[in-house]
Amino acid sequence: MDQFTWLIPTLPLIAFLIIVGITYRFKLLSAIVATSFSLGSLFLAISILIQKIQSPKTTETFINWLTLTANQQTVLTLQMGYLMDPLAAVMCLIVTLIATLVLLYSIGYMKGDDGFSRYFAYISLFTFSMLGLVISNNYFQTFVFWELVGLCSYLLIGFWFFKPAAADASKKAFITNRWADFGFLVGIIGLFTHFGTFNFAELSTVISLHQNTLVLLILGLLVFLGPMGKSAMFPFHVWLPDAMEGPTPISALIHAATMVAAGIYLVARGYILFASVDSVMIVIAYIGGFTALFAATIALVQRDIKRILAFSTLSQLGYMMMALGVGSMTSGMFHLTTHAFFKALLFLGAGSIIHAVHDQDIFNMGGLVKKMPITVWTFVIGSLALSGIFPLAGFWSKDEILTVTLQHHFMGLFILGTLVAFLTAFYMFRLIFIALFGDNRSGHHAHESSWTMTLPLLILAILSIIAGLVNTPWFYQWTGMSFSTFLFFKEPEVPVIHWSIAVLSSLAAMSGILFAWIIYSKQQISADKLAQRFKGAHTLLLKKYYIDEIYGWLFNKGLLGLGKVFNFIDHILIDGLFDGTATLIRSSGVQLRLFQTGRLQQYALVLFIAIAAMTIWGVR
Amino acid sequence: MHLYSLILIPLIGALTLILIPSKHQSLIKWTSAIVGLLGLALSIHLYFVFDKSVSGMQFVESIPWIPSFWINFRLGVDGLSLSMVLLTSIIWFTGILVSWNFQERVKEFFIYMFILVAGVFGVFLSLDFLVMFIFLEIAVIPKFVLIHVWGSGKKEYSAIKYTLYLLTGSAFALIAMMMIYLQTTTLDLTHLATLTYSAPFQKVIFLLLLIGFGVIIPLWPLHRWTPDGHSSAPTAISMLLAGVIMKLGGYALIRIGIGLFPLGAAFWAPLIATIAVVNCIYIAFVAMVQKDLKYVVANSSISHMGYVLMGLAAMNTVSLTGAAAQMFAHGIMAALFFALVGLIYQRTHTRMIADLGGLAHQMPRAATLFLMTGLASLGLPGFYNFVSEFLIFVGAFRTFPVLATIAILAVVITAIYVLRVTQQIFFGPRNPRWDGLKDISGLEMIPLVILVVVMLGFGLIPAPMTNLINQGIDPIVQHEVMKGQL
Repeated sequence: MDQFTWLIPTLPLIAFLIIVGITYRFKLLSAIVATSFSLGSLFLAISILIQKIQSPKTTETFINWLTLTANQQTVLTLQMGYLMDPLAAVMCLIVTLIATLVLLYSIGYMKGDDGFSRYFAYISLFTFSMLGLVISNNYFQTFVFWELVGLCSYLLIGFWFFKPAAADASKKAFITNRWADFGFLVGIIGLFTHFGTFNFAELSTVISLHQNTLVLLILGLLVFLGPMGKSAMFPFHVWLPDAMEGPTPISALIHAATMVAAGIYLVARGYILFASVDSVMIVIAYIGGFTALFAATIALVQRDIKRILAFSTLSQLGYMMMALGVGSMTSGMFHLTTHAFFKALLFLGAGSIIHAVHDQDIFNMGGLVKKMPITVWTFVIGSLALSGIFPLAGFWSKDEILTVTLQHHFMGLFILGTLVAFLTAFYMFRLIFIALFGDNRSGHHAHESSWTMTLPLLILAILSIIAGLVNTPWFYQWTGMSFSTFLFFKEPEVPVIHWSIAVLSSLAAMSGILFAWIIYSKQQISADKLAQRFKGAHTLLLKKYYIDEIYGWLFNKGLLGLGKVFNFIDHILIDGLFDGTATLIRSSGVQLRLFQTGRLQQYALVLFIAIAAMTIWGVR
Repeated sequence: MHLYSLILIPLIGALTLILIPSKHQSLIKWTSAIVGLLGLALSIHLYFVFDKSVSGMQFVESIPWIPSFWINFRLGVDGLSLSMVLLTSIIWFTGILVSWNFQERVKEFFIYMFILVAGVFGVFLSLDFLVMFIFLEIAVIPKFVLIHVWGSGKKEYSAIKYTLYLLTGSAFALIAMMMIYLQTTTLDLTHLATLTYSAPFQKVIFLLLLIGFGVIIPLWPLHRWTPDGHSSAPTAISMLLAGVIMKLGGYALIRIGIGLFPLGAAFWAPLIATIAVVNCIYIAFVAMVQKDLKYVVANSSISHMGYVLMGLAAMNTVSLTGAAAQMFAHGIMAALFFALVGLIYQRTHTRMIADLGGLAHQMPRAATLFLMTGLASLGLPGFYNFVSEFLIFVGAFRTFPVLATIAILAVVITAIYVLRVTQQIFFGPRNPRWDGLKDISGLEMIPLVILVVVMLGFGLIPAPMTNLINQGIDPIVQHEVMKGQL
């Protein structure tokens, strides 16, 4: 089956070309093309995954895309190809599955939009790029597709380009990522300069001979900047909340389940590079942990349903990054997988609600449970999974992250992780109690969405319940394998449950739900009074720690200011110098011209004066 | 195939145009288009008959010219010059098509344009320094008239500024040429390559060439003719100026500067790399604060030529191949940019960014093409510009890791100004002021589509063009190595 790997990204590419070239005018046809081709990729991904489970060997195939020679010897080879191993197989499945469900969902969600075909074309292009990234066998190809998913993200965030906020957000996303990709690009060029290859397999052979060298430290950190941008780690996180200006299914696909997870995926893919230097791993772990906490606190006070979910995504990405940083690639990837399901579910649920209520402010919602039961209950399942309630998917993956954090002696991060678990449960159930239950506060006339929208919700809800089981001891006993024996960095781990950690994290999550219930459902503690009491902290969180303001200031004063200074140098100094020289030459020409006016009388006059002067001189 | 036919086509075209009475505008345009198409066809033909497996000059021909001074009219082509010839003919042809709605003194306009193109072909094909120098002047001078007569804005100032800068540059190149001749009594490039030169001589000559040809590239701080020159010139002339003329400097510096005086080049390389960084970064910042759209694009061209300089400074096969590829890629991209700016200006009668806005509603095609060009400009994979920039960075990082890293930062600054401008012009709510505007018509799309296809085609399949350039560059680099000079 592996030989068909190239078809997985190619099918969505064909769909993109068909839509752009042929079916652009026929809206429904475009949607059908996009969805069915994506479904084709999904089937391929499933069969390859099944085959990988049976025999997990790695296949690599590539072509030389560009070869440069010097003196008949190859000096640079750029490859395009695929590397199919368990890691890629799992990721392919996630991407194709979520893409197909989102496409199906979008048929209902985007109904009546002027850019309907354009939308499906963009998603197909995105799916192609994302899959090209996933199956890549070298850093160069990864970078190429990395930029292309960034482009698709730009196009889809700014899909409603006539909304200034959307146009701003898309630009912000692209540019923020560019800052990060700058480091990534320098990093991979540095890797090539030092080790002579971009290829993952070749690099890991060479790198394993080096440990803790300065070069690897610098290059590791540079390459890590890329994942920091794409997975929106602090301080590059600012673009992700704003990216919510795009259509909601896009937020589910790109900005929750797949593209933002590309950063995590890349760290896992190039794990040997990061794991070879201890300090790089520590940086990764702490940046992840910090982002997890930082974003969770902001999510506590937001009012926009999509922004709450966006900050939650940031926080969970931080969680995954932390897991990778403490040294467990498996648990990071496991959380990526379960998170893809329940966060896509939550975003699609939020989309269904926004579709019905025409508002994104959770305080203008309420009373939805009777009107749209499927949406509400699947949303609750997603939230429970996210909060890490036993036995839903999130419980297993979160529990595993906390376990490995403790096992690798990161006590601080363990406490932080448990705190984040509490906060997560709290903000999610704050959202639920305010937006879904309680009274209808805005007099909206919500109704349940059509089947194309609810079916993906149901499928994702089921996955959010059961997906975690694949890494449980019971599953291992039953089938003889599990997620962590299938996907691992150096040696497979047999899943075990650490009951003390499980109980602790469950307690944290449940107390979060309890607090949310007391404050927002029972209203025994007034949220407003709390906000009044801690006014400074509340404003700080509401303003997202003023990071956007700081960046805005830096941009206006720093970059634009520098532009003005350089423009001044160009116009006043350099032009002044050169134009001044030209003027000087011309004016001296004007002056010198007086010496040869061509007027005989003048010459005669000069002659006369001269003779007169000499005569007088001679007489004396 | 005879290379002089490539130089003769535009000249014969110009002569033919002289014979057509000015009132037959459409006949003049059709004739021009056919001549341009002939030139394009001939250069594509040259690409196919050119033997890509052999390195060195091909189709060499030599016509004695001033025998008493050993000066011959020698022409030849290798991978490097062939890529530049292709670039020239593509931009020439599309430039003619873009000028289809041109009304003002059409005949003279095309005549001057054709003379210019003949000069450009001559520079790329000549194998004698004196012949190359003369062609360089032929390429440069018509521009003065073209800007002065058909330009817009402060065109007199721009035309004078352009001419003074470039002639001053030529003076430096002329001094270098005379010094070489006095030393060797030949200006035959092939012959010159077989000689050895003392290190101090190389240093002096290379500096003179760097200033002389650097003005054309343009090299900071000799770049100030560019923004005014580009912005005042009519659309097709801006296309040729940014697309082709600016490449003459880079080409001559590779062929003569690095090819003949590698020790001198190596001595000045750190300076070139530093200036390259200034070009890339500083000018990108300048582009960011421009209020006139054409000035943004013009400054962006200078900034992008900084990458070429970076590739030159590193002086290895990868970086030089990247530099030449960047000249090609940027030529196409800049031509497209100027063509689009021209089309927008023609409709809205303004180039002020602040006046524009929301144009994507009325002109979706223009918006799509502009965004694509912008993405190419910021080095997005899929466009040839990405490949060339990547090669330059890979090549330069080996020699100047720190400077190369700073230069790479320009891809961020470029993204900032390109996306800002795109948003300010095209995005946002519908502006009723532009409601009557027509989008780019099918006919107007032809030259634009040609340019996009070239940009995307080589972006997706870079090998045909890049290997061609590689084939031309490598002997130049090997030549340095063989002489034990590096």
